[in-house]
Amino acid sequence: MTNRNDPPKNRFVGWLMGEENPLDDELELIVSTSQQEGRDVLSLEEAERQEEAEELRREKLAIDEKSQSVRIHSWAKHQGAHWLETLYRIAAVVLCGAIIFFLMTTVVALPPFGAENNPYNNEVSQRYIEQGIPETGAVNFVAGMILDYRAFDTFGESTVLFVASCGVIFLLKLNDHSSGKPSRAMLEAEYDDRHHEPKNDGILQFAAKLLTPVILLFGFYIVLNGHLSPGGGFSGGAVMGAGLILYLTAFGFEDTRRFFTYKMTRWISCLPLLCYAGMKSYSFFTGANHIPGGVPLGTPGAILSSGFILPLNICVGFIVMCTMYTFYALFRKGGM
Amino acid sequence: MNAFGMIVLVFLVICAIATSVSKNLLVSVVIFMAYSVLMSIVWMMLESPDLAITEAAVGAGVTSLLFFITLKKIHAIRGDEEEDHHDEQE
Repeated sequence: MTNRNDPPKNRFVGWLMGEENPLDDELELIVSTSQQEGRDVLSLEEAERQEEAEELRREKLAIDEKSQSVRIHSWAKHQGAHWLETLYRIAAVVLCGAIIFFLMTTVVALPPFGAENNPYNNEVSQRYIEQGIPETGAVNFVAGMILDYRAFDTFGESTVLFVASCGVIFLLKLNDHSSGKPSRAMLEAEYDDRHHEPKNDGILQFAAKLLTPVILLFGFYIVLNGHLSPGGGFSGGAVMGAGLILYLTAFGFEDTRRFFTYKMTRWISCLPLLCYAGMKSYSFFTGANHIPGGVPLGTPGAILSSGFILPLNICVGFIVMCTMYTFYALFRKGGM
Repeated sequence: MNAFGMIVLVFLVICAIATSVSKNLLVSVVIFMAYSVLMSIVWMMLESPDLAITEAAVGAGVTSLLFFITLKKIHAIRGDEEEDHHDEQE
């Protein structure tokens, strides 16, 4: 007790040296004295009675608590859940109604379709319509726009497609074609693929035999006439890709590989992108301007006209075709 | 808008609702193909044949094909299971 008011440092040193903490004794002492005092005051009977009363009180409390919790739980289970569900439904309906209201308001506020003084009839479209043919040589304005005025944007889009097909090849390719022999995983995938469908479906094969050349030719026609008629690289490429997919579905890998191998796919998707980059990468340096004295535009309407648009269309078409075919082949069969 | 356009638009809305309401995923995809074909007709009527060709090739063709592959891979086409069962019985 003597060192009770010592600074903490000394006490800490004392504790380190192995002395007992005097505060512990003191605390214990206080507790024990209070207990002893209580015992002195209360007689034994009184203590028993008090204990009984306490027990009764506790039991009552427990019962109360239990009934309360049961009531709350049952409320939450039945009525509360019901309320919550009702609230949820009302909120959903209100939200949907609000979204529909706002969208419909927007649609109603839109200018009428094809009206003369619409906001999109500004100097930009006027310029495209008036100067499009002399400047780009393309009868199809859309092709002139996306492959001449906006050719650099289309280059980015083709790159996105190329990168997407590269990613699919990285992630999903099963076999290594450098050896030339299909690996075990690929054979398993082929078996799994053919197991659940007729291997040699006569109707499908006959239809594919008739339709595939027509579809491929039509796709190539769309690509070649991109600057003359509706269509262009993207739509024509998608049509050609669909034709290849049809042939692959009908005849499987063995027959498709006779004319469209993995190596070819690599070349066909890389070379056009490089060609495109070679033809249009001057935009890095000149911005939106053309190089003066470029390719002659030719007569608008002829197949060999409009400068770079025809080769650019062919490039985009091949890239899109390879991307579509790669997606299908790798997702379906894990190979090519 | 003429009567044909109204009919196409009504069918477009019906297809759009049926795609999301249909319980069977395969049926959903087929209805979605029908939606794409109708949409390409609408593009044609709005005088944008470029978009019509792309919509028909990509929307009705390639997208649906990718959906079919996905359904097949996750065994969501009911015919698959039945065939499996049949094979096991054999």
